[in-house]
Amino acid sequence: MCTNILIHTSLEGAGFGRKGWFPVTRANVTYDHPFHVDLEHAVTVDFVDEAGGLDARVGVELTVASARALAEALLAACAEAEAYESGRTSGG
Amino acid sequence: MADTGSYEGMLAEVTKVPGHGGHWISVYFARPLGPGPFPGVVWLHHMPGWDEWTKEACRKLAYHGFMVAAPDLYCRAGRGAPEDVAAKVRAEGGVPDAQVVGDAAACRDFLRALPQSNGKVGVTGTCSGGRHAYLAACLEPFDACVDLWGGGVVMRPEDLTEKRPVAPIDYTERLSCPLLGLFGEEDRAPSPEQVRLHEEALQRHGKPYEFHMYAGAGHGFFYHDRPAAYRAEQAVDGWKKVIGFFRRHLD
Repeated sequence: MCTNILIHTSLEGAGFGRKGWFPVTRANVTYDHPFHVDLEHAVTVDFVDEAGGLDARVGVELTVASARALAEALLAACAEAEAYESGRTSGG
Repeated sequence: MADTGSYEGMLAEVTKVPGHGGHWISVYFARPLGPGPFPGVVWLHHMPGWDEWTKEACRKLAYHGFMVAAPDLYCRAGRGAPEDVAAKVRAEGGVPDAQVVGDAAACRDFLRALPQSNGKVGVTGTCSGGRHAYLAACLEPFDACVDLWGGGVVMRPEDLTEKRPVAPIDYTERLSCPLLGLFGEEDRAPSPEQVRLHEEALQRHGKPYEFHMYAGAGHGFFYHDRPAAYRAEQAVDGWKKVIGFFRRHLD
């Protein structure tokens, strides 16, 4: 809102928040003023269920460096997961 | 000036006001007790929402003799923890400017109609609320406006959206009242260059204004609950300027 940096992505999965487990249908990613972490701006990621109400949300607020580290960790995990799955398929 | 021998009281509560489009909006309403007459101030909250700091700021002005109405600009998104409500609004790209201006005007009318009102109402806010306050003061009649580091008064054409179709600086000719602006030299939204452009527009249109650029301060230097942003010396001076300005123009 203050930076106009806002990116959405659809997701399939589940998250655990104040209301227990809920379906995660979307991630809202911004670089904007955080609510809690003591930074002027942070990379914020809200994992939400669009149909689940306001409290169907798990939010994180990250420094840019740690957000990048997280993104790299996710990509590395996905690469290994895909290799694992393709190996399992070819090996029976 | 406070007098230790005098009666003093304050009431702060949530009430409902018919806002933009006739929608009933929640309003945090803090005011001194007594018959008045008291001036009014509409406080427009910042991007993190209708939160504890905003309500504290309202009570501070009420302590100094102002009736303050702070609308929950995000109440149409639902009710819940301020962070959850603000997260939803953030994911939707904010609230429409026209709606905020309508809500601000509704709070002004609410304050003016009170029997203890002196008939004058100012408008203020921090961060996005500073921008909204300026916008409201350009599009609606107010008696004084305080813009506290409002980012996005100056906007690039590519930043205009359906919700924010016009850069507030382009409404400067219509500014209805004297303006006070407080900014931090290390801020990027607004940057010192954007503040300079805003100042040029005010001068070009002959508008009464007073801007202060604080050295050693960035964005949000009043926020004592944000240790990285808070600047005690600048905040103490800034609050004096805000209260003094409203006294001069609203009393």
